[in-house]
Amino acid sequence: MNNRVAIIGVGINKFGELWDKNLMDIAYEAGMYAIWDAGISGADIDGMVIGNMSAGRFTGQEHLGALAVDMAGLGDIPAYSVEAACASGGAAVRQAYMAIKSGEHDLMVVLGCEKMSDVSQSEAMNTISVASDWEWEGTFGGTFPALYAFMARRHMHDYGTTEEHLALPVVKNHANAAHNPFAQFQSPVPLDVVMSSAMLAEPLRVLHSSPVTDGAAGLVVCREDLAKKYTDTPVIIEASDQRSDTLALHDRKSITTMSSVVTSTRCALKQANLELKDIDVLELHDSFSIGEIILTEDVGIAKKGEGGKALEEGITEIGGKFPVNTSGGLKARGHPVGATGVAQIVELVLQLRGDADKRQVDGAEKALAVNIGGTGATSIVHVLGR
Amino acid sequence: MERIAMVGIVGYGVYVPRYRIKTSDIAEVWGEDGSKIGQNLGVFEKSLPGPDEDVATISVEAARNAIKMAGINPVDIGAVYIGSESHPYAVKPTGTIVSEAIGCSHNITCADFEFACKAGTAALQAAMGLVSSKMIKIGLAIGADTAQGRPGDALEYSAAAGGAAYLIGSKKPLATIEDTVSFTSDTPDFWRREGEDYPSHGARFTGEPAYFRHVGEGAALLFKKTKTTVDDYDYFVFHMPNGKFPIAMGKQIGVPKEKLEDSLVVRQIGNTYSGSAMIGLARVLDIAKPGSKIFMVAYGSGAGSDAFSITVEDAIEECRGEVPTVDDYIKRKTYVDYATYAKYRRKIKALA
Repeated sequence: MNNRVAIIGVGINKFGELWDKNLMDIAYEAGMYAIWDAGISGADIDGMVIGNMSAGRFTGQEHLGALAVDMAGLGDIPAYSVEAACASGGAAVRQAYMAIKSGEHDLMVVLGCEKMSDVSQSEAMNTISVASDWEWEGTFGGTFPALYAFMARRHMHDYGTTEEHLALPVVKNHANAAHNPFAQFQSPVPLDVVMSSAMLAEPLRVLHSSPVTDGAAGLVVCREDLAKKYTDTPVIIEASDQRSDTLALHDRKSITTMSSVVTSTRCALKQANLELKDIDVLELHDSFSIGEIILTEDVGIAKKGEGGKALEEGITEIGGKFPVNTSGGLKARGHPVGATGVAQIVELVLQLRGDADKRQVDGAEKALAVNIGGTGATSIVHVLGR
Repeated sequence: MERIAMVGIVGYGVYVPRYRIKTSDIAEVWGEDGSKIGQNLGVFEKSLPGPDEDVATISVEAARNAIKMAGINPVDIGAVYIGSESHPYAVKPTGTIVSEAIGCSHNITCADFEFACKAGTAALQAAMGLVSSKMIKIGLAIGADTAQGRPGDALEYSAAAGGAAYLIGSKKPLATIEDTVSFTSDTPDFWRREGEDYPSHGARFTGEPAYFRHVGEGAALLFKKTKTTVDDYDYFVFHMPNGKFPIAMGKQIGVPKEKLEDSLVVRQIGNTYSGSAMIGLARVLDIAKPGSKIFMVAYGSGAGSDAFSITVEDAIEECRGEVPTVDDYIKRKTYVDYATYAKYRRKIKALA
């Protein structure tokens, strides 16, 4: 099968602490926006994939695939639930991509969703922590702030990365989110506020960390030859690659690089017959600011150890050579874990269609998203083009 | 609600235990930055009850002050209502202890109220109803608490002790209560189940969908009902779970800072729960000139708000100087360290 896969519709709801909505409300909202955006009808859809990390613990609900089909009134079409921790959204996109590539499906809806604010903060933290190697990390108090703090400390030790460097992705991403009406935090945050915010796990502070968020995002994807029927501006998924690594940090050769990201990025670019220099805009998984610094290096924007410097030089700002996280990233758009991977694709599709308003990267033609699970045990990379 | 017949406050009194602990001292125990916590919460120290103090003793002290100020005979009181979420007994009224202690007759009605931090103002509304319907001559409404905060929880920095007593009558009030409205919904932002030592809360859920929605809606209803605006009032009093919320609330509805400032007792004594807005009101009554108009909104988790429009009368000037003011109690203080605080609040488990 040589058929390419096109994205013909995107939808996202306003991320935040959505006290008055439940999981299916937000998933339905994002899905309907995507369906309206694509201009399709229910009868056109022959399958659904839903990415979610832990609805069972966050809300007490599982079996989300059939539930989403049920809520949307889509009859008896098959629906698949996908879980890969914080990369669940990216995994859902990839599942739909593979299903259409294989010829099994023609036109699918992809959803990513998470409702995190219905439980206490400590329960939310415990729920997220099970994405670490529970037996060797989580159970000993190795929460994600703690694990990323190890990575940050080592990066500072090995490469001279500073506390100011750690704050730079936050300042940039908040500035970008100020122009994203769907972002959880739409206000800029000055450097000194980031650098003096409460300490979570040294050297990581509260404002280095992505928030607890409720949110959902959706896509309509189909065979490229069908896309013409619905839109003049399809965005093509030019490559999809997924790699795994050890769950536990201590089993890795280095904790200042994510080898899953290095490999999946390289393979995806090769698959798309592109080089990094061809990419115009990126969404990189910044669950913690050190994550964005490490990914800036691992995708090849900066040499290893120079991610902080690249941020300092403004290379990853809108207007820079490689704009990263124009949406505000996980930090400022918000990080509803299962939705994030889909939300990244939504942002890049808007960029490639020229629909990103004040955060638009001029003339963007190729885009790349990196969605991470855990501390890099899963990396899913998508390359998009118009 | 229909417009109510003329009722007012004929006397009021407060009581705040003398013991204080600095929020920075609590922060130090839990490894937090003390200077930041105080600034962030707008609470710099909080009151705590001594080992022999509880809601009954606090209520008695406040009620005695109110009676002395009003110059009434306690046998003229027809109702004693006490609002609190820390009544000493789960079953057995606080009100009976208090009414006997202050010399009420046995020919009274009495009940304890509970509605988180607005139980006292709910008691006040009930007393207003009985007075305006002429079922009783004078009603005593008290809001008092020895609030509980789980050690290490954010609440521990603010949960404080204190109370205020208001005598409601129709004869020569020192302040007239022109109107009151309430806004109520089932919003579980803060709760304590039977048998639990400390309350639980929904963190940020206690803000926008709880406090701000209910106080805001209560205020809007009262403005609408009384056909008034912010400009018609000289003083504003909002429930003070911390120092930040009332200020943010004031900003939301356009209250100039100086109209709110005088009520913000939370900075020095913490959140006295059922006593909070009522002590804030007392502080304004301590200083307001006759003719001043006061806008008060109390808030109780769970959730609801009680809003009041009050006008200070000439009679207030004759009542002043008889009993300790809110500031007298705020100034009367003895600092304790965390260990003493833990002992007084029975947080040391082995003591039981």
